[in-house]
Amino acid sequence: MQNDPFIRIENVTKRFASNAPPALDSIDGEIATGRITGLVGPDGAGKTTLIRLLTGLSRPDEGRVLVNGKDATQSHNTLHRMIGYMPQKFGLYEDLTVQENLDIYANLKGLPAAERQTTFAELLEFTDLARFTGRLAGALSGGMKQKLGLACALLKRPRLLLLDEPSVGVDPISRRELWRMVQGLVNESMAVVWSTAYLDEAERCNHVLLLNEGKLLFAGPPAELTRRVEGRVFVAKPSPAERRTVLSRLLGDNLVSDAIILGDAIRILVQDKTSVADGAPPPAVVEVAGVLEPVPPRFEDAFVDALGGGPEGSSPLADAMTSHTDDGRPAVEARGLTKRYGDFTAAGDISFSIKRGEIFGLLGPNGAGKSTTFKMLCGLLTPSEGEGRVAGFDLRTATADARGRLGYMAQKFSLYGELSVAQNLEFFSGVYGLSRNRARQRIETMLEVFDLENYRRISAKTLPLGFKQRLALAAALLHEPDVLFLDEPTSGVDPITRREFWSHINALTAKNVAVLVTTHFMEEAEYCDRISLIYRGRTISEGTPDDLKNAIRSPETEAPTMEDAFIELVRRSDAKEAA
Amino acid sequence: MAGQAALESGRRIITMARKETFQIVRDPSSIVIAFVLPLLLLFLFGFGVSLDANTVRIGVVVEDARPDARSLSQSFQASRYFDVTLAFDRRAVEQELVAGRLRGVVVIPSDFTERLRRKDPSAVQIITDGSQPNTAQFVANYARGVYAVWQNKYLRDTGRAPPASIESQPRFWFNAELTSRYNLVPGSTAVVMTIIGTLLTALVIAREWERGTMEAVLATPVSRIELLLSKIVPYFALGMSSLVLCALAAVLIFGVPFRGSVWALGAVAAAFLLPALGQGLLISAATKNQFVASQLALFTGFLPATLLSGFVFEISSMPAPIRAITTIIPARYFVTSLQTLFLAGDTWSLLFPAIRNMVAVGVLFLALTYFATPKRID
Amino acid sequence: MWRRIYSLIIKELLAILRDPKGRMTLIIPPVLQLVIFAFAMTMEVKNADIAIVNLDNGYWGSEIEAQIRAAAPFEDVYRLESVAQIRETIDAQRALAVVHIGQDFSRHIGAGEAADVQIILDGRKSNSAQIVNGYLANIIARVSAQAHGSPVIEPLRVRNWFNPNLEYDWFTVPGLIATITLLTTIIVTALSVARERELGTFDQLLVSPMRPLEIVVGKAAPGMIFGYIHGTFFIFVAAVIFKIPFSGSLPLLYASMFFYLSAVIGIGLFISAISATQQQAILGAFVFASPAVLLSGFMSPVENMPSWMQTLTLINPLRHFLVVAQGVFLKDLPALEVARNTGPLILIAAVTLPTAAWFFRKKTS
Repeated sequence: MQNDPFIRIENVTKRFASNAPPALDSIDGEIATGRITGLVGPDGAGKTTLIRLLTGLSRPDEGRVLVNGKDATQSHNTLHRMIGYMPQKFGLYEDLTVQENLDIYANLKGLPAAERQTTFAELLEFTDLARFTGRLAGALSGGMKQKLGLACALLKRPRLLLLDEPSVGVDPISRRELWRMVQGLVNESMAVVWSTAYLDEAERCNHVLLLNEGKLLFAGPPAELTRRVEGRVFVAKPSPAERRTVLSRLLGDNLVSDAIILGDAIRILVQDKTSVADGAPPPAVVEVAGVLEPVPPRFEDAFVDALGGGPEGSSPLADAMTSHTDDGRPAVEARGLTKRYGDFTAAGDISFSIKRGEIFGLLGPNGAGKSTTFKMLCGLLTPSEGEGRVAGFDLRTATADARGRLGYMAQKFSLYGELSVAQNLEFFSGVYGLSRNRARQRIETMLEVFDLENYRRISAKTLPLGFKQRLALAAALLHEPDVLFLDEPTSGVDPITRREFWSHINALTAKNVAVLVTTHFMEEAEYCDRISLIYRGRTISEGTPDDLKNAIRSPETEAPTMEDAFIELVRRSDAKEAA
Repeated sequence: MAGQAALESGRRIITMARKETFQIVRDPSSIVIAFVLPLLLLFLFGFGVSLDANTVRIGVVVEDARPDARSLSQSFQASRYFDVTLAFDRRAVEQELVAGRLRGVVVIPSDFTERLRRKDPSAVQIITDGSQPNTAQFVANYARGVYAVWQNKYLRDTGRAPPASIESQPRFWFNAELTSRYNLVPGSTAVVMTIIGTLLTALVIAREWERGTMEAVLATPVSRIELLLSKIVPYFALGMSSLVLCALAAVLIFGVPFRGSVWALGAVAAAFLLPALGQGLLISAATKNQFVASQLALFTGFLPATLLSGFVFEISSMPAPIRAITTIIPARYFVTSLQTLFLAGDTWSLLFPAIRNMVAVGVLFLALTYFATPKRID
Repeated sequence: MWRRIYSLIIKELLAILRDPKGRMTLIIPPVLQLVIFAFAMTMEVKNADIAIVNLDNGYWGSEIEAQIRAAAPFEDVYRLESVAQIRETIDAQRALAVVHIGQDFSRHIGAGEAADVQIILDGRKSNSAQIVNGYLANIIARVSAQAHGSPVIEPLRVRNWFNPNLEYDWFTVPGLIATITLLTTIIVTALSVARERELGTFDQLLVSPMRPLEIVVGKAAPGMIFGYIHGTFFIFVAAVIFKIPFSGSLPLLYASMFFYLSAVIGIGLFISAISATQQQAILGAFVFASPAVLLSGFMSPVENMPSWMQTLTLINPLRHFLVVAQGVFLKDLPALEVARNTGPLILIAAVTLPTAAWFFRKKTS
């Protein structure tokens, strides 16, 4: 039995349209009991499709899935008695209370009445939801919804627990709790599948199946993949002002496979063949980046390497934008911005200012007040108190033309899906009042810069995620704004696309464009010059990413990550509140 | 073992059905569809739509000033069917007819008295507004009636016995006053129950697909039959309660008599809900999308129930292909049954075939739904 | 400013036309409604079933029977053997009316006495029963005149202006010009903002240099364009396929239609502005459209409603434009009358359009 895995995936292929590439392409893999198997990959990699095959709710076009030795599609009646499944959208009834949701799933799964009280008590205790049994599921926070979804999936002790992106929309603190809870569950009688787009989560799994565009890139313990880039990862600390130029030069260098900004530092992955035996970095790289300090590799380094390395460093966008003059005045200013709904303060006394050429991040969990602040600055919401200025204007009262100084990229790259790529760009150039000649010229430039020429006539909704993101950015930049607002700009995209995106943003800062980013994504925060940490409607900390990390450095955590900093700063704020 | 399985299955159905009920009560848009829309429609049909031409505005042009002409024009004024505008010049009234402020004109010409003596059949001219054919018919019929009564009296008064004639003696059974509200209010109950049975059911299940809860439920040991039953039970109950609401409103607010038995009403409504729910389930299973489901439910459920069920427009007057289509519209049988139960009584010779037909259509829809309900999500 | 509005209009049109679902909503409902309304909506009586109990053995009884059999609106005319069968025949709706001729019918007539014919009608169908009664009464009056050899009481001469043969199509099809454009326009505009809200693009539009009034104009244009296209299509269908004489002034009709569509668009955009999802927008459009159609005079005359409800219908744009559409088509409605019915439309548009613009700004979540 030990050698026979609980689930065997044999050469599985799944297609949704005959003319599109398959959603899953000849996947082989094993899922064993007693460990957490991570299903890792960016959006569109095929994670959800694979999970559905495991539940027997969907059948493969080729190959088969064996659960406990039986074909999943043939035996789904017995299969459904042994699985706990939490779909991406929680699978909760939002109009029902916590207790009612539990009751429903207990009945559907046939949990005997005698076991009910103890099981509920156990799960409510476990998920810390006992206080909220009477609350509607729809009124719970993202983290609590996930815990309730988990509790529902755990009723009647499933042998197979399937969690589809359980950490999406959850703040880092809840994310850690959720992880601890699931880890505590794993034992010899239970197999857990955890799908995620976050690569730091992948690192913590016992075993991963790494997917990209429907293909299996790697199967095995994450450390095995990470080991492949051992000795090739370094950190450099160029002067803060130069780090973006250095980054761009590094990425352009053939010896460098990947480089990203981590606060004040740059993390570098050198090419395989150039790695010197004794672990010393190649001299050519040292020449560009200065002193290089070797660091242990991460899963993301290995993933990027497996995909063939990071993007080219120079963004062609730099040549396509004219430089704005820096008059020394702040490009964006928030002074005591406050928004109240009844006696609930969605955002309280938020102040900051952004210089030209600076990237400023609003970091915080969902519902903390980032979007409220963001919308008050854009003029979409009227502040209860305080004032926001963008490029010197209060957008709530300014003339329509003043709004033309702002570029805006909405969450999830909202575009007009029915319109083609060119039609989307034509529309935005018209809305921003570009003359016909200038519009034509700018659209051509953007199509070229973002490599969208081949997609010109394609409907935007059918574009791959990465291209959607490019198109959204192109649409926001047609009119060469002074200030660019980005709402969760790289959530869900693969690491290569994310790197490309930030290289474009870096190019913009060189043209004195000010950038405001909202994100709940720690990795995005690392790209910012300064961050304001927002929690429960208030700024609890502000500074460079390294300032924030340094603030919590202690003998126990010598090299804190952004996430550590976040969690610790929130904890301190809570403690202060309680005092 | 079999008993145990049945017990579990029963519990699953009850669970899902209870959940459905909670959801209806807590979701504002369900409440709008289940309670506000039905009442709105009932009131619109009860007060807003009326086919009784009780008072039509007409003009009477009196060009002859002599006593007979005056007496005739007074007869028109006294008629309870007409709201008369008197005039002495045709052109003025004719303009009003064009503008639609008058629906007919009675012209008593200047030589009326002579014509009357000559027994000229065209002693009086009636002009109707043909752009409103139904009203025009009523104007013509009532004007003729007023004239005939007046003429008989005239003949008697002038000492000539009215000629012996064949009198037609109409009797309108069930609704002697021909109050159209008595047919429309029971008929609109069918529309209301279509909205709940088809539109609401289709929307709520489509929403489960959109929100992903259907996926979670499908991954539990629930079977297809259990899933369908659990949806049917609460909407059946909701449909029946709206029937009670409509029936009470019909009797208490709109004063419609109820001559049948409550049991027969229940039986007919239950038979109607079968196809109505079946249609809603079929739509949601086939579309899984609220937008498309609502459009389909409106065009295949609401519209036919309103226009092709015979409660406003006579089915026998429609062209043959449309008459053929109406045979599979359950609302058609329901409307007739309701009108019969309210106005006539328990006429089983009419109710039995209606129930049989509704059940047949219902079984057809439910069977199709069973096959359209996926056990998988591809 | 024009450049911005123009871009928005082009985008709105493309968004509807490039989407298969959008194209469907433009084509299928109007065609379906044309078929249902034009053919099914009729107050005439055709193919009605009639039963006769003729207990008279003489000439006049069979003469009445013969004339009823020959009359056009009746399909099946069948005989009942006894009075006892009448109840079952009516109850089970095997016949809409039963004509009952008594035993001594011909004998009474022969004796120069008054005779009567009983007509029992199904009151559950009050409208048809009334019309059938009218037909039967006419037949009996005609027989009566023959029987007594008198030319008297020949029914009065009736002239039906604008529609000599009282054809029901002439009422419904021109009416469709008004009702179908209402339904198209309300759906297209009600969905326009709600769709963008759901997709998240509406915020993007609001932070652009577009002014709320420009957004209103841009969002109104597709409803206006499709409203005119559908309106024109139904004018064409009415005149060419149904051969209904178009007697009035086309420019006048089109001019009035502009204000009608503006009023409807104002309401549609208002619904759209307060809806968070497309779902709610459809429901909102439905909650508006059903009373609008029922209380317009299309289903039954406005003057039959209680007077408080007649007052209420003044805010219904369809009520006013129905008069214009039917009037211009059949009656060559004079310009003054068109203007009188267009005035309220202008007023409705003047209230709803700015309100919608105000809500665009106000309602961002």
